[in-house]
Amino acid sequence: MRYLPLTPEDRSEMLGVIGAGAIDDLFVDVPAEARLPGPVPGLPLRATEMTVERHFSALARKNKAASDHPFFLGAGAYKHHVPASVDHLIQRGEFLTAYTPYQPEIAQGTLQVLFEFQTQVARLFGCDVANASMYDGSTACWEAIGMAGRVTRRKKAVLSGGLHPHYVSVAKTMARFTGDVLDTATPSLDGTDLERLIGAIDAETSCVVVQYPDVLGRIDDLSPLAAACQAAGALLIAVVTEPVALGAIKAPGEMGADIVVGEGQSLGVGLQFGGPYVGLFATRDKYVRQMPGRLCGETVDATGKRGYVLTLSTREQHIRREKATSNICTNSGLCALAFSIHMTLLGERGLRDLAALNHARAVQTADRLVAIPGVSLVNDSFFNEFTVTLPKPARQIVHDLAAKGVLGGVSLGRLYPGEAALENGLVIAVTEVVTDEDIAALEAALKEVLA
Amino acid sequence: MNAPNTAGWRPELGEAHIAGDETFTGNRALMLDERLIFEIGDASTTGVDIDPAPAAASRLGNLARSEAIGLPGLSEPETVRHYTRLSRQNYGIDLGFFPLGSCTMKHNPRLNEAVARMKGFKDVHPLQPRETVQGALAVIDELAHWLVTLTGMDSVAMSPKAGAHGELCGILAIKAALEARGEDRKVILVPESAHGTNPATAAFAGFSVENIPATEAGRVDLAALKARLGPDVAGVMITNPNTCGLFEPDLKAISDAVHAAGGYVYCDGANFNAIVGKVRPGDLGVDAMHINLHKTFSTPHGGGGPGSGPVVLSAALSPYAPLPYVKREADGSLRLVEEETAADDQPASFGRMVAFHGQMGMFTRALAYILSHGADGLKQVAEDAVLNANYVLRSLEGVLDAPFGHSGPCMHEALFTDDGFAEGFSTLDVAKGLIDEGFHPMTVYFPLVVHGAMLVEPTETESKAALDQFIGALRSVALRAKQGDPALKSAPHFAPRRRLDETLAARKPVLAWKGDKAEG
Ligand SMILES: Cc1ncc(COP(=O)(O)O)c(C=O)c1O
Repeated sequence: MRYLPLTPEDRSEMLGVIGAGAIDDLFVDVPAEARLPGPVPGLPLRATEMTVERHFSALARKNKAASDHPFFLGAGAYKHHVPASVDHLIQRGEFLTAYTPYQPEIAQGTLQVLFEFQTQVARLFGCDVANASMYDGSTACWEAIGMAGRVTRRKKAVLSGGLHPHYVSVAKTMARFTGDVLDTATPSLDGTDLERLIGAIDAETSCVVVQYPDVLGRIDDLSPLAAACQAAGALLIAVVTEPVALGAIKAPGEMGADIVVGEGQSLGVGLQFGGPYVGLFATRDKYVRQMPGRLCGETVDATGKRGYVLTLSTREQHIRREKATSNICTNSGLCALAFSIHMTLLGERGLRDLAALNHARAVQTADRLVAIPGVSLVNDSFFNEFTVTLPKPARQIVHDLAAKGVLGGVSLGRLYPGEAALENGLVIAVTEVVTDEDIAALEAALKEVLA
Repeated sequence: MNAPNTAGWRPELGEAHIAGDETFTGNRALMLDERLIFEIGDASTTGVDIDPAPAAASRLGNLARSEAIGLPGLSEPETVRHYTRLSRQNYGIDLGFFPLGSCTMKHNPRLNEAVARMKGFKDVHPLQPRETVQGALAVIDELAHWLVTLTGMDSVAMSPKAGAHGELCGILAIKAALEARGEDRKVILVPESAHGTNPATAAFAGFSVENIPATEAGRVDLAALKARLGPDVAGVMITNPNTCGLFEPDLKAISDAVHAAGGYVYCDGANFNAIVGKVRPGDLGVDAMHINLHKTFSTPHGGGGPGSGPVVLSAALSPYAPLPYVKREADGSLRLVEEETAADDQPASFGRMVAFHGQMGMFTRALAYILSHGADGLKQVAEDAVLNANYVLRSLEGVLDAPFGHSGPCMHEALFTDDGFAEGFSTLDVAKGLIDEGFHPMTVYFPLVVHGAMLVEPTETESKAALDQFIGALRSVALRAKQGDPALKSAPHFAPRRRLDETLAARKPVLAWKGDKAEG
């Protein structure tokens, strides 16, 4: 087998050194009844590289790739152009095949990247400090709720109806077991729920969780909500699923959010059918010791030279065990690297230009679509994603569009099955990859399927 | 060696006088220092050409971002150089032997990378209509079949994002099963040798954690465990092979006792590499076990992740498995079972753990690895991993204390302690000495149950020649620690950095660049 360097001669020589007669002498601790006489039955045997590649090529062809179609899906995962150098750099073996930087003297590459990543995320979010990544946006969101509970010693979280439904589901799953109380709502097409959120804050409230822009693409000024939270001793958690937006709109931290979490997939990572993605987590300096996850910090070596190490690990599971702030160990390091490289390539100017292009494309698309009879725009404001209502349930429309080769958006019926008030809603994301031809194709196909 | 120009290159130095083996730049030939992007980039530089935005009236709701953000950019060539230079300050498996115990740092085949990058996998949105993602669902389904069959279990939850997330999945399934029985058991038993994620996970899910003792031979003390079982015990979390690198021969008896007392058995499968293809955990009475695809199944660790932690479940726990999962319809097509049809398909599910459906990019890689090996190759993987570890154990036990060496063979990793080192010399010194010898050190100070632990996991992808070289180097460094060689205390001498001050980092945390935003 091509990945196994030992030869039969090596094996017998090594058994001799060990003093074992046969390989199974090394498995003596396995009870006889649990030992298999040969390979696990019912499974194929080894295959060449070429055979395996063919198998996957055949399966890959059964999927419609985003780049082969006019493509408008968002709702928590966005298609952006990732510069070729990003994928080249993350495939360098020194990054790809390293472990978590436990031995800092030979992991300065990973560690300096994490320090740069933490700074980029903190600045993007308008916060003091960010960690070295979480699994994804949805788990980062629950971790933020847990952290708010530790900071405030309260157990009630108020979740906006505009929070991505999967993020709400994750929080519900966890809260059922931890005893946290969640105040949730479904989104309304008539407007965001800032007033409901402010009204729901009481002396038991640990945090309010609000998505920015929300799952329908709407953008609210979070300042009044931040003020209301602060007055009640609750924390404001802002969730950003599209970080490119922050090249155009104010950072949640600037508006007073105490914790900002997000999904970093948009930059560097790609769609990948949902994972791996990268969770972003940032907060105020004063809460640093309640943060989950790894943190990289600056220090010096024995000769006084600047260097980086993992730090404040007394928060973490390997030191604190059952008293840790989280159970997370492996995070999303390589995706954080991809995010950071993409951000470095863009720089502030590139990010702002990219955001401006996304917004302008989305505005153009919205204007074209609402001219179709029966289609109307839900949003007063949006960045690169908006919601329209159609004259009939959007779920079937999405399938009809796909049959015409257009991947036309995410229906609210998919996100909120059974919610009659939402079933005609279609969430449409428009990024820089969308061309004029793509917009025309969506417009034409939508007209046809609605006719 | 003279002290290097420790400050590195600074523009203000000008034509500073350089003497001896100092250099003007602070660099040393191929060892190139690299400053932060905040020091070398600026906010007006970009390495990406972007089409101008068409004219369109802003709909940003008066929330346009006006303040400087402070994100420096670099041109593309500068970017490539920045990260290439940084990469060279890292150790990776591609470079050399990486025997980090419990982490299974095996070769990462590049076929896996190629497959994961096929457009039909990497460029597919998780919410696309199902008729457009049948191939992606087929990968998940095929991998799930392998995992269930290799472990002899009933089902598998594919969505957990890493090992610790898998632990959470298993523990929540146990909690849901108890809830369904109307029982509120509060305690999870965990051996002292367990990985930190085990107690942290149990606590994260609202359980209290109690330790169970080990025997002289480094195994779970069956008698003590049985004595603690009772109506308040929800289950046990046992690592098998355990973190001392030993198989738990009583696991079946433990499972029987826990089940008889109404509890469940969680198995931490981080060490599955030792038994994959040879032993099915399902035959040992396990109820739930996570599999780190980034260990046993060779997906790259990427300097800290991403991982993937599917959890195989027994028939007793399968009804509680999380959403979503892939289901094959009567017509052969595949679909995701999500919240919408959960009431019909999986009414007792404990719910969703994560947005979307798990680590697709890791599934493709792991399946490519599994198909390459096949059932026969995977058995060989376990055998060679165990052979390599025993070879290391027996070749080194003359110089290093092997606390459980007398109790028989080890599994995939060999455990040593600092017993016999000279006064003032520690496991850390040995680790840093190995760095100078060109190796990534073994796992140190874990497990916590022996003093100054050194856990060596060679994996099956090392040749005998590589092992012999490592054994020679570790013998040499260990002898220096025993003899008290002062030069070892200041190792590493030849790495990109000398020993780093971790105390300072924690006492005065600097977690972000605080330079000027407009400049930076
Ligand atoms: C024994 C053991 N259990 C659990 C884990 C946690 O796995 P992960 O890092 O994938 O979350 C690890 C690895 O780090 C481990 O070695």
